[in-house]
Formats: sequence, C-alpha cells, structure tokens
Amino acid sequence: MKRKLIVFLVLAIALSTMAFAGGQQEAKSTEKGTTTISYAIWDRNQAPGMQAMIDRFEELNPDIKVSLEVSNWGEYWTKLEAATMGDVMPDVFWMHASRIRMYADNDKLMPVGDRVKTDPNMDYSNYPEGVVKIYEIDGVNYAIPKDFDTIGLCYNKKMFDVAGISYPDETWDWNKFLEAAKLLTDESKGVYGFAANASDQLGYYNFIYQNGGYVINAAKTKSGFDLPESIEAIQFYHDLIHKHHVSPTIEQMSDTKPGTMFASRKVAMYFVGSWLISGLAKNEVTREMADMAVLPRMVKSASIYNGLGNSIAASTEHPEEAWKFVKFLGTEEGNLIQGRSGAAIPAFKGTQEPWISCRTEFNVKVFVDMIDYGVPYPTSKTAPRWSSLQKETMIQILSGNVEVEEGCKKIAAEMNKLLVTE
Amino acid sequence: MGTAIKEQACIPKKMRIKIKRADISKWGWAYLMVAPTMIGLFILNIWPIIQTIYFSFCSSGDFGKYEWMGTDNYARMAADVTLWQSTSNTFLFTILSVPLGVCLSLLAAQLLNTSIKGKTIYRTIYFLPIVSAPAAIAMVWKWLYNCDFGLINYILSFFGIDGPGWNTDPGYAMISIAVVAIWSSIGYNMIILLAGLQNIPKTYYEAAEIDGANPFRKYFSITLPLLSPTLFFVIIISVMGALKQFDLVYMMTGFKNPVITQTRTLVHYFYTQAFDISDKGYGSTIIVFLFIIIMFVTWLQFKGQRKWVHYN
Repeated sequence: MKRKLIVFLVLAIALSTMAFAGGQQEAKSTEKGTTTISYAIWDRNQAPGMQAMIDRFEELNPDIKVSLEVSNWGEYWTKLEAATMGDVMPDVFWMHASRIRMYADNDKLMPVGDRVKTDPNMDYSNYPEGVVKIYEIDGVNYAIPKDFDTIGLCYNKKMFDVAGISYPDETWDWNKFLEAAKLLTDESKGVYGFAANASDQLGYYNFIYQNGGYVINAAKTKSGFDLPESIEAIQFYHDLIHKHHVSPTIEQMSDTKPGTMFASRKVAMYFVGSWLISGLAKNEVTREMADMAVLPRMVKSASIYNGLGNSIAASTEHPEEAWKFVKFLGTEEGNLIQGRSGAAIPAFKGTQEPWISCRTEFNVKVFVDMIDYGVPYPTSKTAPRWSSLQKETMIQILSGNVEVEEGCKKIAAEMNKLLVTE
Repeated sequence: MGTAIKEQACIPKKMRIKIKRADISKWGWAYLMVAPTMIGLFILNIWPIIQTIYFSFCSSGDFGKYEWMGTDNYARMAADVTLWQSTSNTFLFTILSVPLGVCLSLLAAQLLNTSIKGKTIYRTIYFLPIVSAPAAIAMVWKWLYNCDFGLINYILSFFGIDGPGWNTDPGYAMISIAVVAIWSSIGYNMIILLAGLQNIPKTYYEAAEIDGANPFRKYFSITLPLLSPTLFFVIIISVMGALKQFDLVYMMTGFKNPVITQTRTLVHYFYTQAFDISDKGYGSTIIVFLFIIIMFVTWLQFKGQRKWVHYN
C-alpha cells in the first residue's frame, strides 16, 4: 500500500512538472504576431544606451520585441561558446576583434556584408574603415560596426600647474613628454610623472607604432617585434621605469593599479581608453583634476583603436527580424541614441558630436580626433596564443628580468612560429 | 516462491545462493534510492574524468572539436619548462602550508577543547574564514600586503623597518600566499580535530591521572594516538587541497605581476592553457598529470599511515 502511494506521488510530481513546462512554452508562442529576438552584450555600463536603442526600434517595429541579455566580459564568451556548441546562440550579439576569427571560420555568423551590398540604405563607408576591416574575414563581412575606442593621454591638471608646465597637446613628442615626466616626478615622495603600464593596448603598442614599428605585418605573416624601431620603442618604455625613473615599477603597479595611483595623485599622466572615461567622470576626485590629450608622437602619431560590431547568428530562426534590428543599430539614428548615452563612441561617421557634448567634464574630442591616424588593434587567428606569450615576456622585460632586445627577439620568434600555422 | 525454488534446482548445490524474490525487490528499491546520487556522481564526476583523460591525447579546436593526436601533448609537457617550474612551485606551496597549517589547527582545537569562558565565540571566530568567500579573503590580504600602502608595511615603518613587497618580491610571494592559505584553513581543520578530541573518552585521562602520568605523557600516549585517524584525514584533505591550489594565486598574484613565475601552481597553469589560450587539449594533459601526482602522494600517505595511525 505504502509503495503504491510512493509510486503515485512520484508520477504525480513528474506529470505536474511536465504540464507546467508545457504551459510555459505555450505562453511564449501565443503572443500573437510578435517575434522576440535576443540581443546579448557584455557591458553593464552600456546597457541603458542599448535599451534606449531597443525602445526606439520597437516603436518603429511593433511586431518585433528585443530582449537584452547583459553579462560581464568573461561570462559572456563562456556562455556564447557554450550556446554555440548547443546551437542556441542569441540572435544578435556583440562581436570583438579577438574572437571574430573563431566564429567566422566556423561559419557561426551570418555574412551580413552580402546584405549591406544589396541594401540601398546601408554603406560600409559610413564607418571607420579600420573597424569594418576587423570584421572582414577573407573578404566576407560578419558585423556592422557599433562603436570605436582610441587611447588617449590622461593627465592631472593640478600637478601640471604646480610644476609650471603647459598641458600636453598635439605638439608633444616623446622628448617633450619625457622632459615633463621628469619635472613631475618626485621619487622621495613616491610621485611619478607617468605610469608605464604593462599593458599592450594601453601601453607599449602605441609606442611601437609611434616609432614606425609594428606588432604584426599587414599580411599577418610576420611579427614586427624584432624590428629596430619596435625594439627602440620598447627600450624607451623600459627606460621610463629603469633609467629615467619617471614611472613606478611593474611590481608597484601590480600592487596598486595605475588608475588608482592617478586618482591618489601618485602619478601625473597615464594612458586611458575611451571606454574608461565614464568611470573617471563618475569619480569626483578624478573629475576635478583630470583632463585628456592626444598621445605624444615620435616618428608619427599613432593611437591603438578598436571597435565592436553587431553580429547575427548564422543559426538564427528569425534572420529577417534580426537583420532589421542590426540595420537599425547601424543607422545614423541608432548611433545618435547610442552617443547620447555617453558610454561608447558611436561608429557612424558624424554621429560623435552627442557623445562629445555629453562628456563635458573632459576634453574628450581628442579621442574622436585620433581616429584619423589610429592603428587597428593588431590581431590574427592565433592571437590568443601569441598575445599570452607576448604579455608574459613583456612583463619580464619591463620588470628588468630579461634584456629588452633579447626579449623582443624571443617574442618575435614565438609569434612567427605560430603565424606560420595560420 | 515457487519459481525461486525451481531456479535453485538447476544450480549445483555448492553455488546455491538463496535469492528470494523479496530480496530482489528490496535491492531494487535500494538501487532506486541511491540512483539519483549515483547518476549525479557519474554524470558530474566520473564521466568528466574519463573525458579529460581522453582529451589529454587530443588537440582541441574551436567549439568543442577534438582531434586525436596520440601522446604529443605528453611529449610537449616533458619539454615544458613552465610546467616543471609550476610543479615545483606547487610542492613548495604544499610544504609551506600543510605542516604548519595542521599543527596550528591542532593547537587551536586543543585550546578550544579546554573549559574556558566564551568558547563558542572563539570557535565562531576561528571558523569565520571558512564562511567568507575565498576571493574576498584574497582581496583583503592583497591590500594588507601592498608594498607602498599596505597595513603590514605601515606598521613595520613604526619600527623603522622598510617592509618588502610581500606580493611582488620573488623571495616572499609564495610565503605570503602560504600564510593566507594557513590562516583560512585553520577553522575547518580545527572543527574536525575538535570533534576527534571530544570523542576521546574522559576515563582514559582519569585512569592515567591515577597512574601519575604527567600532561606530556597524557598527550603523547592518549590524545595523539586516539586522535590519529582524525589527524590522518585532515592531513590527506589538506595535502590534496594544497596541490590543487588556484584561487589565492589567481587573486593575489594576478597576471601583470612578474613574480608569477615563482607562484604559478599547476592548476593556475592549467587555467591559463585551457581558458586563456583556449588550448583545452594541453590543459587536460596538465590536469591528468596533477591527478597522477595526487594519486601517488595519497597512496604514499596510506602506505605510511600504518606506522602512526591507530584505529582503536
């Protein structure tokens, strides 16, 4: 009798859950006439801006609903990879330079470039060429540019005033920059002119290109780390710490991040990405004392830039609706809405004005200006592997454990070994 | 009943085992009851172990594609300097953290086993690190250790000592991490040892007292032998935990710290390979290697226990 009761209970529970699940499914599809597509992003700061674009899109297309899925950078890629394996990708999602190769090579993305070509309202010349190129793999385009970012020089106005130095501007070259950094440094008080961060994008890559070197050649077949120009640039960067002592050591910066040192007035200048500005504006200490300038030049001007793209899953069940949405995100109107939210520089040419004017705290116009001589963030198919090796060796170089030339040649050799396999 | 007898008739008398229908039914229910756990264990633990071993012989492609490549990963491992450095770091960490950690836990358990006031409060305090998130613990310690602005160096400066970069000096970094590991493991070990201590019957001590044994004698002849099974368990668990160290290194050393060559453990190296570089094949090889190390070390400990562990 007891046994029968247990069996009955188990069955009852199983049946009721099944009924419940079925009921849920039904509810989803009964919303008559509307299609729901999902849009996955990785930046919480940008969620309000994205939602504003979605709201406008839904207003224009009442039959399509868009659900925004926000995660953080790390989670985002783990989830997206798992979803790709399980064939349940979000319909529309952000794409990044470091991952595009993997998704494009496995045909996981809709080749939106073909649609752009046939659509009279769409034109890739509306966006910065470098960002378009990031998402062009073997001549096929897999994304519509969403935004771009450049690297600028963030400096402490008050420290410049006290030292009696004029603020950095486009006339600055490395020599001028070093001279100012020396004047701003007071090692006995633990105050430094500059923070030579062990970061590629926010550090030495910029110096390599400013000196006429390169990280990887245009054909992506050869590393440029062993070029005399590149070695010279790394040497200069290294000397800021070890010869001129105008920067805290790598060890100090791994204990206290450059941004924190800047906020506590221990560092007068450091490189920031345009995506970090909203954080600096929120902090009332940095809002008061910081301002932005273009990067110093050497042989030429250069600033590493990168940009995100909106991609569509190749396996989406609603290709037309997804395309409509991505198209809207890429329009002038969509970009203007994005710019007004202030989180990222919109990609559409001429729509940067609202972004500049909503960031009145700093002279952020420089970030838009630098796109003219910007260098796309160097990457290739095996980038995850060589960039990890490169970062590790660079840390040893900048901490003084490895000779600059020896280290650079080692990086180049390792990169070349991997580039051959591409 | 009738069928059971019939079945038995065909089996030679020697091998005859009395299996009653009721037994089968009873077993069936037993299996049904353990099934959820067993299925969970198989899907979540055993199957991934088998898969990992298989992947360690593969090169990994995008989106879970694996290609068989024989023992290439193992050959690569043998020539990988970083891997051997990480292995020696892992052992160094284990040696630094386990013996001292267990001794201190034992001391704490002993102290809290006496009848003092506010015993529960002390027990709670000691146990608190276990309740806190490891990442939060690591963050707080990282601040304490900060070379320029940390509390430890600030206090040292009162005595005219210029403290080192606890997190960045190659000579101190591993010790600093071991200190945090010891600090955060004392509570858990202590609770287990405390339970062991309380299981020792008081009558033994009373008898020893009548015989005139001094506290030393009591400790080494009664407490330690009777506690040895618990102690053995604590040591086994601690060694395994230490060999699998990851979170503290990940949180406290970070990726931009040159000292990483001195503090990188095997699991940290595995993480870099499998998730940073996304070479899951080689990552699996590293983990299989660690698996073998842990098996071997544990086997050694079980061999050694005969000499000092007393079960009644």
